[in-house]
Amino acid sequence: MKITREDVLKVAALAYLELSEDEVEKFRGQLDSILTYIEQLNAIDTTNIEPMAQALSGASVEHGTPLREDVVVPCDVRDAALAAAPDPAPPYFRVPKVIER
Amino acid sequence: MPADTHWTISSVRDALAAKKISARELAAEFYTRIARHNPELNAYLALCPKRAFAQAERIDGLIAKGATAENLPPLAGVPVAIKDVLCTRGVPTTCGSRILEHYLPPYDATAVESMEEAGAVILGKTNCDEFAMGSSTENSAYGPVRNPVALDCVPGGSSGGSAAVVAGGLAVASLGTDTGGSIRQPGSLCGIPAFLPSYGRVSRYGLIAFASSLDRIGPFALNVRDIATVLSVIAGRDPKDSTAAAAPVPNYQAALDRPVRGLRIGVPVECFPEGMNRAVREKVEAGIRLLESLGCQRVPIQMPNSDYAIAAYYIIATAEASSNLARYDGVRYGLRVPGSTLVEMYQKTRGRGFGAEVKRRIVLGTYALSAGYYDAYYLRAQKVRALIARDFADAFAKVDAIITPTSPVPAFKLGERTEDPLAMYLADIYTVTGSLAGLTGISAPCGKSPEGLPIGMQIYAPAFSEERVLQLASAFESAGGERL
Repeated sequence: MKITREDVLKVAALAYLELSEDEVEKFRGQLDSILTYIEQLNAIDTTNIEPMAQALSGASVEHGTPLREDVVVPCDVRDAALAAAPDPAPPYFRVPKVIER
Repeated sequence: MPADTHWTISSVRDALAAKKISARELAAEFYTRIARHNPELNAYLALCPKRAFAQAERIDGLIAKGATAENLPPLAGVPVAIKDVLCTRGVPTTCGSRILEHYLPPYDATAVESMEEAGAVILGKTNCDEFAMGSSTENSAYGPVRNPVALDCVPGGSSGGSAAVVAGGLAVASLGTDTGGSIRQPGSLCGIPAFLPSYGRVSRYGLIAFASSLDRIGPFALNVRDIATVLSVIAGRDPKDSTAAAAPVPNYQAALDRPVRGLRIGVPVECFPEGMNRAVREKVEAGIRLLESLGCQRVPIQMPNSDYAIAAYYIIATAEASSNLARYDGVRYGLRVPGSTLVEMYQKTRGRGFGAEVKRRIVLGTYALSAGYYDAYYLRAQKVRALIARDFADAFAKVDAIITPTSPVPAFKLGERTEDPLAMYLADIYTVTGSLAGLTGISAPCGKSPEGLPIGMQIYAPAFSEERVLQLASAFESAGGERL
């Protein structure tokens, strides 16, 4: 068994994810078979292989990641952004109290 | 106009210029079709007729002022659909998730903006697996999409709605997104061409992120010429997306008529294993023979690390997703489920807002990134990704393109695979390799199974070789590839 019930609960807590009892048990079994499958990665020799974090070559001018011109553009989006909030208190987003007293 | 008219971008253009129909009438006709067929297909999640008719009237205005087939913008009056992971200003954008059920983006994705600037009439937003996670569109919180070719089957996924609306005549072209096969596989299962641009070729500004090192935007259409037209419109640098490459956009139309004689076609031995689906093997083999008859040279190649692609992909994609989806916390947009503390609010919002597959992937990705497991999973997966990219680089030193099936199976029945996530993941075997390596590719229809279900042949070329993919797919299509 690769993954225990406690592992699932710990990871769900890290991800701020509430899971039902059923989900914890179901995911444990499913993740166990997925991780068992993923174990096969250990069969490959990756000595001296550089990890590939992304597909673009930053070194290439054409196919790399260009920077944009450093110019000021209008960016007055506060009202539009707040309009989508579940509990706006312009100019803020309101959340449950996080500071004691 | 008969309801079964298969409009294409060029036929729309000709009909508009000849004043046989107005853009407004055409949009109205598509909305009539949608009203009739969408209840069954469930391919559209939201329609935006006000926006569509305003755009159609703008196009009709250009024609009234004397615009002709030669000088109309490239997508003038073309009714299109947009996958619901792309932001559309003021039009619901849900990602197929409850957590964004009532979300109205304050801006348009660059690809959406480009489509409208080119004259396209956006009819609405298409259903998809929640946050583009899935291969059947059954993970949508708003119900599954049905395959227009066989209503008891899935359309593939995650861009199942975008594939179904084009295959079902409810849009002339559409945009989908592809992280591990989510454009190509539904294109294959619905029997239409579906294109994967190189990583970095199309701006992703306004694409709601799933896995940022893999996500791409690309078109569905009824033929390769239309694919090239849409690609020309959405490709190119964007100051709003630093991963949109600066490479100039070539004339994709010009690539379509280039002869393919002499091109070397690599066929990986690993892609045709013992016991594979017989119809898929036969049709893709027939497709390769058709290209040989056009003068292409078949070259057997090896991709020794391709067996590990699924494992590497599902670590990388879920790790990136676990990070990207941290933003859904009930504070700035989307669903909020109240809690007595901030953390409880986060937990409840995410627990109720996300569906099973999204939660499963967040848990897997968080696990792979957590202390003590990072090296064993995430770092190792990135190294295997490098090896897979190297396999392709080695192969492309010897061949001009690589051909594989798109999907190991034709469309499967709704509900058939939902209980076994690993089995669903394994079906991405031919598509995740090119996703990891950043390649460009297409799924081209190459005939049907004995049950009448479409089969797709995948053509890969090196990154930023879109022209070669289009050249081969166009020659294949002209030679009757779809009817093999």
